[in-house]
Amino acid sequence: MSLILDHVSHWYSRDTAYEVKALDDVELTIGDGEFIGLIGHTGSGKSTLIQHLNGLLKADEGNIYYNGQDIYDKDFDLRELRTQVGMVFQYPEHQLFEETVFKDVCFGPKNQGLPEREMTLRAYEALKNVGLPEKCFEISPFALSGGQKRRAAIAGVLAMKPAVLILDEPTAGLDPRGRDEILDLIEEMHRHYGNTVILVSHSMEDVAKYVDRIIVMDGGRVRFDDAPREVFRHYRELEEIGLAAPQVTYFLHELSRRGIPVDTDATTVEEARDAILNYFGRAGRR
Amino acid sequence: MKIVEAKNVVYEYIKRDEEGNVESIEKALDHMNLVVEPGQVIAILGQNGSGKSTFAKHLNALLLPSEGSVLIDGLNVEEERKLNAIRQRAGMVFQNPDNQIIAAVVQEDVGFGPENIGIPADEIWKRVEKSLRSVGMWKYRTHSPNKLSGGQKQRVAIAGVMAMEPKCVILDEATAMLDPNGRREVKDAIMDLNRRKGVTIIWITHFMEEVIDADYIYVMDAGKVVMEGTPHAIFSRVDELQEHRLDVPQITLLAHELKQAGMPLPDGILTIEELADALRK
Ligand SMILES: Nc1ncnc2c1ncn2[C@@H]1O[C@H](COP(=O)(O)OP(=O)(O)OP(=O)(O)O)[C@@H](O)[C@H]1O
Ligand SMILES: Nc1ncnc2c1ncn2[C@@H]1O[C@H](COP(=O)(O)OP(=O)(O)O)[C@@H](O)[C@H]1O
Ligand SMILES: [Mg+2]
Ligand SMILES: [Mg+2]
Repeated sequence: MSLILDHVSHWYSRDTAYEVKALDDVELTIGDGEFIGLIGHTGSGKSTLIQHLNGLLKADEGNIYYNGQDIYDKDFDLRELRTQVGMVFQYPEHQLFEETVFKDVCFGPKNQGLPEREMTLRAYEALKNVGLPEKCFEISPFALSGGQKRRAAIAGVLAMKPAVLILDEPTAGLDPRGRDEILDLIEEMHRHYGNTVILVSHSMEDVAKYVDRIIVMDGGRVRFDDAPREVFRHYRELEEIGLAAPQVTYFLHELSRRGIPVDTDATTVEEARDAILNYFGRAGRR
Repeated sequence: MKIVEAKNVVYEYIKRDEEGNVESIEKALDHMNLVVEPGQVIAILGQNGSGKSTFAKHLNALLLPSEGSVLIDGLNVEEERKLNAIRQRAGMVFQNPDNQIIAAVVQEDVGFGPENIGIPADEIWKRVEKSLRSVGMWKYRTHSPNKLSGGQKQRVAIAGVMAMEPKCVILDEATAMLDPNGRREVKDAIMDLNRRKGVTIIWITHFMEEVIDADYIYVMDAGKVVMEGTPHAIFSRVDELQEHRLDVPQITLLAHELKQAGMPLPDGILTIEELADALRK
């Protein structure tokens, strides 16, 4: 199971005055069961890239292979692809349209042709998992607060149990606990089902905490593609392209600038704490 | 005079069936009290559904209180004939940029507000340029807004409000969709507006780091204020914040964890410099 992008380029408004080359010769292999973070400044092409992965946008140049099959082949079933590659869009309200929240979450499983009972169970489970209170199930999705709408949209995709789960800034608008809960949930599902996860995020802290591999986009191209601590070593270059390192990483660099030689590779609070305790513990014993 | 004075505000979303019978009542604000001095930077934090947006919509009369009162610069939001005066004083930037951009070209969108209130043309264009430059979108001035990515649209929306030169700007998660750089640019632009023009800022966000330099923080839950104080005081109360489903900035959390591991550190450390200084000692 894999997704391969082979020299993919995409233009918006090609051959007009507003032509934008949103993807520029992108080559990527996304292996089965990977947990990937996709980062990049606004307009770097993240949303454009992921919309290629379930066939919502078509590459102007290059090919995409899902499990070895060219998704642009005449006999490739794009509808089937969309039930396997589930996407939580950047603006969840665009994804909600049914009369009630519950019906909305049932939409995906229904399209997968699941029996009524299974569909209902999955919808209920997904809504519970994203932490929506039961009083929200039977109301219109438009009567939800911003964060509640996002939870509903995420539930709709989780209920489909897709082989590849793509989330475009899923935590934007969630309260801090909600953010942790949703990402923990996604991580847990990933561990349990071994599904592939692609997390588009503007939070360097979240990406550092959850993913195994970071892909950095810049101007439609892949700029870095590596493990978090390797990528965040390039924090100066990341800043030049509108990104940053996690706050704790900056803190460790500040300590090292002040002559306290801690391990500056830490990218999460736990790692930073250990790096500091490690240093001061040793210094104390000296 | 206070720029915002909200007293015992109650707001209920009432759902009715086809015959007009009340089906359910959602009390989104439950005796909300909040006072803002002109020129302050105020932050409002709170979990999803706690009533922040509902409150924000009272500040420019998009919603009117079911009970209690809201005064903006002394004007009661319920006085209909003062609606324009109120909306001119209190500019609002929302979470979703897509509902805020109307014109077909970026610079027209930013000029739309000032034009609507009869600002002379040459002054409009000065404001449009200044606002677009301050959010880093000047080079997109002739672009079509619906072809921009989410973060780019949001910066245009902020420029649109800034072009109105309001006395008070309310930002309801205006940075939720931006990249780190975009977030910093918007924050800098807004703080600059506050410092140079004395514009009052009401900043609603789920990013704790964004509000460490606010003058005062309100924490809402279940439609009312449950905590208030300076950033230092609020972020010293880690456990209480977490009970309200909130958090502290990453640096504050790191300091908290180091302290629990036995290092002698004060509470409420907010910045990298503070923590580095404290570790030195
Ligand atoms: N149009 C509406 N109709 C009915 N109920 C609503 C409506 N808008 C919001 N509510 C309800 O009012 C309460 C407060 O919502 P509000 O949007 O003010 O929350 P919030 O603090 O802004 O949340 P978030 O952090 O998710 O943006 C919630 O319980 C929500 O479900
Ligand atoms: N529907 C569209 N029409 C024209 N241009 C677009 C459209 N969507 C995005 N773009 C442009 O393509 C580039 C990449 O955008 P996008 O993929 O949305 O970036 P990101 O998701 O990383 O913010 C940007 O320059 C953006 O302005
Ligand atoms: Mg995007
Ligand atoms: Mg809100």
